[in-house]
Amino acid sequence: MTTTTAAHDDHGHHGPAKGIMRWVLTTNHKDIGTMYLWFSFIMLLTGGVMALIIRAELFQPGMQLIEPEFFNQMTTMHGLIMVFGAIMPAFVGLANWMVPMMVGAPDMALPRMNNLSFWILPFAFGMLLLTLFSEAGAPNFGWTFYAPLSTTYAPSSVTYFIFGVHLMGISSIMGAINIVATILNMRAPGMTYMKMPLFVWTWFITAYLLIAVMPVLAGVVTMMLMDIHFGTSFFNAAGGGDPVLFQHLFWFFGHPEVYIMILPAFGIVSHIIPTFSRKPLFGYSSMVYATASIAFLSFIVWAHHMFTVGLPLVTELFFMYATMVIAIPTGVKVFNWVSTMFQGSLTFETPMLFAIAFVILFTIGGFSGLMLAIAPADFQYHDTYFVVAHFHYVLVPGALFAIIAGVYFWLPKWCGNYYDEFLGKLHFWLSFIGVNITFFPMHFIGLAGMPRRIPDYALQFADFNAVASVGAFIFGFSQLLFLFIVIKTIRSGKQATPEVWEGAEGLEWTLPSPAPYHSFSEPPQVK
Amino acid sequence: MSSKPNVAKSAIKHLFVALAMFGFGFALVPLYDVFCEITGLNGKVTGTVEKVDYTVDTSRTVTVQLLASKNAEMPWRFMALQEQIDLHPGEWKQIGFWASNTTDNDMVSQAVPSITPARAAEYVQKTECFCFQQQPLAAGESKQMNMVFTISPELPEDIQTVSMVYTLFDSTAFADPETVAKLN
Repeated sequence: MTTTTAAHDDHGHHGPAKGIMRWVLTTNHKDIGTMYLWFSFIMLLTGGVMALIIRAELFQPGMQLIEPEFFNQMTTMHGLIMVFGAIMPAFVGLANWMVPMMVGAPDMALPRMNNLSFWILPFAFGMLLLTLFSEAGAPNFGWTFYAPLSTTYAPSSVTYFIFGVHLMGISSIMGAINIVATILNMRAPGMTYMKMPLFVWTWFITAYLLIAVMPVLAGVVTMMLMDIHFGTSFFNAAGGGDPVLFQHLFWFFGHPEVYIMILPAFGIVSHIIPTFSRKPLFGYSSMVYATASIAFLSFIVWAHHMFTVGLPLVTELFFMYATMVIAIPTGVKVFNWVSTMFQGSLTFETPMLFAIAFVILFTIGGFSGLMLAIAPADFQYHDTYFVVAHFHYVLVPGALFAIIAGVYFWLPKWCGNYYDEFLGKLHFWLSFIGVNITFFPMHFIGLAGMPRRIPDYALQFADFNAVASVGAFIFGFSQLLFLFIVIKTIRSGKQATPEVWEGAEGLEWTLPSPAPYHSFSEPPQVK
Repeated sequence: MSSKPNVAKSAIKHLFVALAMFGFGFALVPLYDVFCEITGLNGKVTGTVEKVDYTVDTSRTVTVQLLASKNAEMPWRFMALQEQIDLHPGEWKQIGFWASNTTDNDMVSQAVPSITPARAAEYVQKTECFCFQQQPLAAGESKQMNMVFTISPELPEDIQTVSMVYTLFDSTAFADPETVAKLN
């Protein structure tokens, strides 16, 4: 560790600039983190409205509210916005806020690039969302944009989608490089790799996943662009290409991508559970190795998304077993969280409630993932609501609950006030109940054979669909309560102490609350 | 800040990794074809082979089912002249498909073969196949398109039926100049 001093000399020790230009020109990791978080919240609501349009249409069989073409646009845009616009930027926002404070650095390693990687995002999503108002309509081929649906049969707006994906890819890669550079070079003296907080570790590994697979995604959409406009045939069999190649390339990106959306969540939960159990995390080093194993395995399991595409038996077996192996490091993590709570002095503040719900509900999502991994059984589950139930369990009460838990956990550090505990718990219970009412019935209708991405369905699925739609509206509207709580906490609330939580460990809690605009100008000493 | 040079070094190093991965994405395209050809996965068969005089294994008979299929955007008529034939492994056979350009335009087609079970693909050997080249047909023209093949006697005993599907695509937009020249 060569860093001895990290003074932020070109900015001196003044506070933030005034007015709108503060946000446009800022290179401060806290400002940029805040902007990422607000951006992702806006995207969460945007994608949420689309989800509610979908659920409203599916409330009963038959076509009620929207045209099937628009329904397809809604499922596509909902997926794209939630994955690339809500979950990923939220984690980058949390990393911006917390990684420098956790490693004792004054800022991110590359502050100007940090500003650029945020400000690309509104343009990327602006471009994507504007397609909704175009004559051809928004992309309608599903968030996985399989060729030839997304090439030969795509609406003309697909080009905007491609450039949007390019932009968000560039933003993610720059964000990831920044995080890696910060962690490699800016740790406080004495902070060895195996002393790094787990949120930093999980983000370190996630950043490498991003650097490895986002360029592959950029390559895939570039190939689509060339097929559509320049007469190549990467995915067109008429010209010697192969549409199955698209799926291989997409899922070579796509599977690491789903771990990009969950590994930082593991990190957040690994901070919250020890804090409210008042015990150190059980099995720190096994957590690090488990995260690294999951990241490695994510590169060799992609074809489990393609069991029904016509793979030979050996390939199916390989991908089936490789996928099941992932349950081992994931099981280690769940075991460690439970063991951390075991015999701890537990209290159940809002972040802890969300974290415990994360452990339970993410595990349910993990188990349905194991069921889907069984290649012969997957022929029954493939492209049904069972898949929808599975990935929503790992992404909503998984990734999203961890993000919300992180926001409640760190909000007093960010704005200096405690949130209203009663309202926080109310938000938790509404979300918890809403999420389960929404997604649990989807397991049943999926097993009964309801295909995903359809605007109308057979009568026997009606009851469970109605239940799921009610749950979706409960869950969706309770996020407005979250917005209210956050705004209320920023404006007022009980003054937070520097350590905020009894039993909180780490450099970030040695700073005053709210954290000063420039922190750790002199690096702390880590023992 | 003493760490600045190291920061720049890390950033540039990782930027190159990202660029390399972008290249790797494209490299996967030929690698995918090579992988499928070597392993016979995806029911892909190798190109032309030299004719080998196998000792015909008359002790067993393999049924070869022939299927003609068209891409949704292909307006031609396309059919197999025999729906199925029986052959002894090692025996060379010629089979024919019939294609007819029912449109008012000169067009070029490309047939894409696929063999089921995929495991059998590596034992199917062709000395001649209409799928090796693009096939042009003038407006209203029809022709028989042939394929000469055998199934090597090394075919696993448990495979008794092999299906060969040819899907015809409209590849007028991707036609090579030589093929177009044949039309005139």
